[in-house]
Amino acid sequence: MSERKPIRHPLVELTGVRLKEFLREPDAVFWVFAFPLLLTVALGFAFREKPPDRIPVGISAGASKQWIAAMQKSPALQVRVYSPEEGREQLRRGKISLFVEGTAAPVYRLDPTRPDARTARVEVDDTLQGGAGRRDVFSAKEEHVQEQGSRYIDFLVPGLIGMNLMGTGMWSIGFAVVNARLKKLLKRMIATPMRKSDFLLAQFLSRLVFLVVEVAVVVIFARLVFGVAIRGSFAVFALVCFIGGSAFAGLGLLIASRARTLEAISGLMNVVMMPMWICSGVFFSYERFPDAVLPFIRALPLTALNDALRAVMNDGASLAAVAPQLINLLIWTAVTYVVGLKIFRWQ
Amino acid sequence: MSEPVISCRDLRKHYPDVKAVDGIDLEVLRGECFGLLGPNGAGKTTTIEILEGLNTPDGGEVRILGLNWRDDEREIRERIGVSLQETQLAEKLTVVETLHMFRSFYRNGPHPDDLLKSLSLDEKRNARVGKLSGGQKQRLAVACALVGEPDILFLDEPTTGLDPQSRLQLWDVVASYRRRGGTVLLTTHYMEEAERLCDRIAIVDHGKRIALGTPQELIARLEAPHIIEFESIPPLDESDFAGLPGFHGATKRGDRWLLRVDSLAASVPQLLGTVEARAAKLEILSTHAATLEDLFVALTGRELRDV
Repeated sequence: MSERKPIRHPLVELTGVRLKEFLREPDAVFWVFAFPLLLTVALGFAFREKPPDRIPVGISAGASKQWIAAMQKSPALQVRVYSPEEGREQLRRGKISLFVEGTAAPVYRLDPTRPDARTARVEVDDTLQGGAGRRDVFSAKEEHVQEQGSRYIDFLVPGLIGMNLMGTGMWSIGFAVVNARLKKLLKRMIATPMRKSDFLLAQFLSRLVFLVVEVAVVVIFARLVFGVAIRGSFAVFALVCFIGGSAFAGLGLLIASRARTLEAISGLMNVVMMPMWICSGVFFSYERFPDAVLPFIRALPLTALNDALRAVMNDGASLAAVAPQLINLLIWTAVTYVVGLKIFRWQ
Repeated sequence: MSEPVISCRDLRKHYPDVKAVDGIDLEVLRGECFGLLGPNGAGKTTTIEILEGLNTPDGGEVRILGLNWRDDEREIRERIGVSLQETQLAEKLTVVETLHMFRSFYRNGPHPDDLLKSLSLDEKRNARVGKLSGGQKQRLAVACALVGEPDILFLDEPTTGLDPQSRLQLWDVVASYRRRGGTVLLTTHYMEEAERLCDRIAIVDHGKRIALGTPQELIARLEAPHIIEFESIPPLDESDFAGLPGFHGATKRGDRWLLRVDSLAASVPQLLGTVEARAAKLEILSTHAATLEDLFVALTGRELRDV
């Protein structure tokens, strides 16, 4: 006879049950683990490091051979030779940013409202002047900012981790709770001596287990493929993730605490998450918003989480440096959990 | 053996559009199987859920095992088992996982393995709940109610929608729980279930208790052991039956009469004579021994399964 499984603590059972239910739901597994990875890949390649594009410009076939030769030597320009009619046509259609005509002195044809036209003018003019014998007064040195920690991908990855913690935390708890309520499973559970706080705590704990996996997947991938590193202490990074995950688990619980249908919970989720997607600096810095709204944006949990993640990953910030964000997230956790438990609708 | 383990007095629950429970008194004794019988919407579920502490009454008093819900909720929960009418247990979990989870909520109780054996669910122990048949699901629901070794088992419509064999299996589960000394309160709208399982029955309609007693007492209330169902064209009047020997009353259901009589041998020939004397044509004639259904019809003029 096989060994009988012992009777365990309700918190252990409830957490285990949540984990099993989740893992047996292939769709959910995809959205939690595969989706953020795909997003990182797509955005990572879209914004990968590459040399700046050459600016397409044209020059009239009737222009000085010297000009043509000088321009073709410029590393910043991609030069084509056209007849005057053809060149103007190409310019009109936006295929080239500038067209050089003229014989004695060059004539630059360009549309000044196009941003690359200004750059093209500076480059072409510089090249032609140099070709004609102008001497530079001094030679400036360029320093290129391409270090790890300051590229766009370095900005993006912490934002994606934060967004992911928000999305999966809120959806997985919100849906599980509303679904159990719809099936009257919650009502059945409170007909037992189960402690209500155990049930809600188990939702938190099971979330934190998945959080480890889902953060690890993105961090390892970003490290291997894009060289995005965690410059700060790993322990502080883990702490930020856990506290951030708890805040969103709490928010998910609060949102799910009274919703009776899946439609209602979906709507509420979007209402809560949409402003944070836009304002909390996932894809671009929220500092671009007007100063007046910045305090409100900084109070949002996703902003706090993203700021803390970026500080630890990119700037190597210490625990003390991210303490304000962590306190913000802990307040969100405590308030949402307590209020959620209080107003929770069990049947 | 005769202390009440469930008692409620003048229970009331009024919703804006309906008085779901309108002054119900009940006393269920230890070791008894007590049934709430009534049609859908009679207030059975509201009543049982108030007794289970899942709904709060607007008025009245409830005591469970001598305790009350306000002060002793946790203690009561440890000692009762509940099967709700429409719970869907988590479909992705297996039978044994589900039972282990419910078992963890209780101080005492059988090991899930033993419970599975006694409910003949052992071979399904590793099956997902979503893959079980209706009867197996219902047995698992009852297993979840028994997992804390309760003093009282509450069953709300335990066999609704089940096939006859699953129903028998579930009745066996209830019977064996009672042999161990358990008390059962169940609701049903099946009179066979009430007659077969229950020691005493309260018939409920429109939130009120309209009859109370053992099945035999209730049927005896009809004062007539036989029922004649008949229909004729044109229909007869109630006054036509007054002269039937051993006649105790009649109820009309559409064009059909249900007559309560002492003796078929004495009443049927005379009834046929009356039909002939009225120059009416007999359409339907059948007879059966009186049941709780007939009592309900006699009391309310409606059938239990009316929708």
